[in-house]
Amino acid sequence: MNPFTYERASDAAAAIGLAKGSAAARYLGGGTNLVDLMRETVERPEMLVDVTGLPGRIEPRADGSLLIGAAATNTALAADAHVRTQYPLLSRAILAGASAQIRNMATVGGNILQRTRCRYFYDNAAACNKRQPGAGCDARDGFNRYHAILGASPACVATHPSDMCVALAALDATVHLDGPAGPRSIALADLHRLPGDRPDIETELQPGELITAVELPPLPFARRSTYRKVRDRASYAFALVSVAAALDLDKDGTVRDVRLALGGVAHKPWRASAAEAALKGRPAGPESFRAAAEAELAAATGLRDNAFKIELAKRTIVAVLGDLTGDEA
Amino acid sequence: MSAQSDAAASRPGRWQPAVTQDPMLHKHGALGQPVSRIEGPLKVQGKARFAAEFPYEGLCYAALAFSTIARGKITALDTVAAEAAPGVVLVMTHRNAPRMKAPSLMMSSPTAAGASDLPVMQTDEIHWNGQPIAVVLAETQEQADHAASLVKADYAPLPATTSFEEARKTPRQLDNLLGQPPVVEIGDAEAALKGAAVQVDQIYRTPRHNHNAIELHAATVAWTGDELRVHDASQLLDLTAGQLADIFGLDAEKVRVSSPYVGGGFGGKCLWDHQILAGAAAKLAGRPVRIMLSREGVFRIVGGRTLTEQRVALGASADGKLDALIHTGIVAMTTHNSCPEQFTFPARHLYAAKTIRLAQEVADMDMLANTFMRAPGESVGTFALECAIDELASTLGLDPIELRRRIEPEKDPTSGKPFSARHLIDAYDRGAERFGWNRRSATPRQQRDGEWLIGMGCATATYPYHRFPGGAARIRLTADGRVTVSTAVHDMGMGTATAQAQHIAARLGVPLDHVTFEYGDTTLPRGVIAGGSTQTASIGGAVIAATEVFVEELLKLAGNDSPLAGLSLAEVETRDGGIGHRDDTARFESYESILRRAARDELVCEAEAPPPAEMEAFSMHSYGAQFCEVRVSEITGEVRVSRFLGSFDAGRILNAKTATSQFKGGIIMGIGLALTEETNFDPRSGRIVNASLADYHVPVQMDVPAIEILYTDIPDPQAPMGARGIGEIGITGVGAAVANAVYNATGKRIRDLPITLDKLM
Ligand SMILES: Cc1cc2nc3c(=O)[nH]c(=O)nc-3n(C[C@H](O)[C@H](O)[C@H](O)COP(=O)(O)OP(=O)(O)OC[C@H]3O[C@@H](n4cnc5c(N)ncnc54)[C@H](O)[C@@H]3O)c2cc1C
Ligand code: SF4
Repeated sequence: MNPFTYERASDAAAAIGLAKGSAAARYLGGGTNLVDLMRETVERPEMLVDVTGLPGRIEPRADGSLLIGAAATNTALAADAHVRTQYPLLSRAILAGASAQIRNMATVGGNILQRTRCRYFYDNAAACNKRQPGAGCDARDGFNRYHAILGASPACVATHPSDMCVALAALDATVHLDGPAGPRSIALADLHRLPGDRPDIETELQPGELITAVELPPLPFARRSTYRKVRDRASYAFALVSVAAALDLDKDGTVRDVRLALGGVAHKPWRASAAEAALKGRPAGPESFRAAAEAELAAATGLRDNAFKIELAKRTIVAVLGDLTGDEA
Repeated sequence: MSAQSDAAASRPGRWQPAVTQDPMLHKHGALGQPVSRIEGPLKVQGKARFAAEFPYEGLCYAALAFSTIARGKITALDTVAAEAAPGVVLVMTHRNAPRMKAPSLMMSSPTAAGASDLPVMQTDEIHWNGQPIAVVLAETQEQADHAASLVKADYAPLPATTSFEEARKTPRQLDNLLGQPPVVEIGDAEAALKGAAVQVDQIYRTPRHNHNAIELHAATVAWTGDELRVHDASQLLDLTAGQLADIFGLDAEKVRVSSPYVGGGFGGKCLWDHQILAGAAAKLAGRPVRIMLSREGVFRIVGGRTLTEQRVALGASADGKLDALIHTGIVAMTTHNSCPEQFTFPARHLYAAKTIRLAQEVADMDMLANTFMRAPGESVGTFALECAIDELASTLGLDPIELRRRIEPEKDPTSGKPFSARHLIDAYDRGAERFGWNRRSATPRQQRDGEWLIGMGCATATYPYHRFPGGAARIRLTADGRVTVSTAVHDMGMGTATAQAQHIAARLGVPLDHVTFEYGDTTLPRGVIAGGSTQTASIGGAVIAATEVFVEELLKLAGNDSPLAGLSLAEVETRDGGIGHRDDTARFESYESILRRAARDELVCEAEAPPPAEMEAFSMHSYGAQFCEVRVSEITGEVRVSRFLGSFDAGRILNAKTATSQFKGGIIMGIGLALTEETNFDPRSGRIVNASLADYHVPVQMDVPAIEILYTDIPDPQAPMGARGIGEIGITGVGAAVANAVYNATGKRIRDLPITLDKLM
């Protein structure tokens, strides 16, 4: 780990002001990802601005939306009564991630901005375009079980590892930012980038920009929602494939509306828009679920170790939608 | 070897291995009781000091920089930035390291403890990806870690063999397999296989595994003049001390190594580069040094289990007798170590077959020396063999337990020796009854719960009995009737100290709270290594010998005024805090009384264990039957072990609680072997890619179901206390039990570990 200075910010303005002072400043949430990467010297900030003292309230608002302070811990968000009843997929997604101890430390802001778990990214001895643009990508022909099947590029095949973000993507969450150029908002689905030829640029955040809050619009049918994570051990492992889904059915069993997002498959939380489009207005059932999954995964490509995830994603989508329909297992 | 002469050994009353039984074989006392760990309270209070917790005046902290190529030469090593970094005391590289002899390979001499015989930081040569190239000493660990990251090296790489597929094209024949012949042939097995009514002929693969004990490898090292003091995390004390003396050119008594508490060993806590480097750097700095490897560091410089590719071919008659048993294959190894992962060992002793062919060879690679890891050989060998037996049972339409009943041998199938004790079928019967084996459907895919297919499997567990010679024990009796027994052995958390205290209490006939068991320090009488599940029996042998001397000395001290006057070793026994005539309860004198009358404050006796003649005369092994129930998702292929039961035949159980924990721990590690553990060794670079606990998947709580343990508790008449080792057998057979259950659930045979979900989709 490189030497760094540590400052604790009392509010957003102070945090932004502190970070502006140093080109190599980073905001510090729970530190569960950033500090690990600093230990590996993959991240080498000169200054840490601790933002865990900033607002972390979880506030239902009159219009039915929910405002979540960026400093809320993963544990607090998963345990929140409103979240558990109105957005069960979000609570389940968070609880499917990491361990209780890590979730106690991790913040919503940090979770959104956690970096890929690609092992070659973590190992300074490996070639990695994300760590060192132009160096090459050891994962492409190496160990890539946890890597992307959708939206990858020749430069990078890494995945975004968050579970929480998959649920947020399904829920059309908005991320509120503040920064040297003032506050703004961006859809979570637009926050993370696909790797393209610049996998080192992972989000649309501008230098010094801070996540202050996440907002969930009202979505009454999200009460019927869930999250399923498929992984290599029963707990404490990143997703091979995960599915967040909410389903709104007409009385006759037609899909009125649906939200579907995938984790473990791409450089960003993957909103399954093609599948959603294929489902709307169709009768809920295994055939239409499978057709929708096929539509979403049509563009998927497998690497040496992860081609199985294409079929796994399809099956998991079908199973989750089946569960939400209630009469299909 | 024992210093005892044959004449002494044949004195009446003495234990003569293979001739007489341990006299306390049928005496119980505190033995077997579920006594909680003696050191437990210290550990939970944080008062048990581990290797990296010893304070020293002027202590500095070490961090390592590792090579990033597999083979070649260092052409430039830039340590300027590291040396200039805050808090740095010095940077040691091959350029300024003290000259040291290379370690010698373990078992090549009485003081050899090397996991590899490569010189440590003496030249510019690189032999594996991850080899230490620099040691940084600094005032704090953080400063050392930071400075180590600033060391930059350039290399001239040489062609390296880092692909197993390449290496196997030029296999090397072993001249011996841990002292056993690498090839065993009885009859013409290939011909018998061809002619057999029923055949199973399959290839099984097991991947590399790495050691991941919770306690990271660590040592605190201090020189006083030419005396070297090492606080180690070790399962190999005396050998480590001897080897370090050799490396640093010291007399053996100049090196003291202690290791009272170890946070898990499993074969990994032996002598690796870090203790040697810490000793060298401490010498260079003239200051005490603490080294604690990072988790990545453990992956880089502490070897693990190597990969295997095994063929098992079974030829059987229609009534389930084996005409041919073939178990052959290859493992990856290096030319500078001696751990061939002896996977053909189980097949040497388990089943009766008309013809047998066993052979294994190695593929040499440029990699870190592989090493022992819980049941080296047997853990992965039983995976292949016991899966094949299950496949044969299916082909024959026989219940797999019934098949094992039909191939149960009367004597050791390859050595021809009698078994000292063997109750494998008994273990199967008890296990099957308790597990509800009769509820298993012989046809796969018959039981389901929603998307989850449910299946049951079983497999044989086996591990050899060994008693290492050369261990000694000292008994000290004080006037208050308390005894202290001392020997330089190890307790890595398995309960050695507790079980031995129980053993000593029973053997000397004193209450448990009158016993102190001293261990973990090379200043004590020479101990044996904690490896190969041998410690308990080996300590037992030494304590028996010391007890004989002790009783004889006490009889001498008792003299003519004692009720014991004139009695010999053969006529007496220890009981009730003293010595008594075997048959005449009136003739008894307490230890305190004997010492008092002789006006002695204490009596100290020491003796070395007699040679392990029982191992020569008998085929001695522990056995077990592992039962597993799995649930496999038909959608995702995820496997969950839902029930597990291990039924063991390991001789007398000395402590029900610590033994059960050992068995369970082995089974949990076996679940990892079956389902999740795999070291990702990148064949392009020879580098381990998943060098962290986030990426190297050991089982977590949710992967481990309730595990039930049964044991026969039938004493082995040839073993001290009747007890065979129990530390490693727990992991054996688990891989196969899980794989066989997966087959029963899904109808799919997975012959390639770990059984990940993609293989079942
Ligand atoms: C062993 C292990 C297993 C894990 N398993 C899972 C899993 O299964 N699923 C899963 O989803 N996650 C998993 N995680 C990751 C975990 O969820 C993240 O580490 C955590 O959410 C990060 O939150 P944090 O507050 O600790 O972030 P930090 O580590 O503090 O920060 C992460 C990044 O976010 C930036 N940042 C933090 N807050 C802000 C802010 N307000 N504005 C702008 N930038 C900010 C930091 O500068 C840094 O770049 C695992 C982690 C570990 C160590
Ligand atoms: S996949 Fe991306 S993160 Fe991984 S090595 Fe390639 S470029 Fe780096």
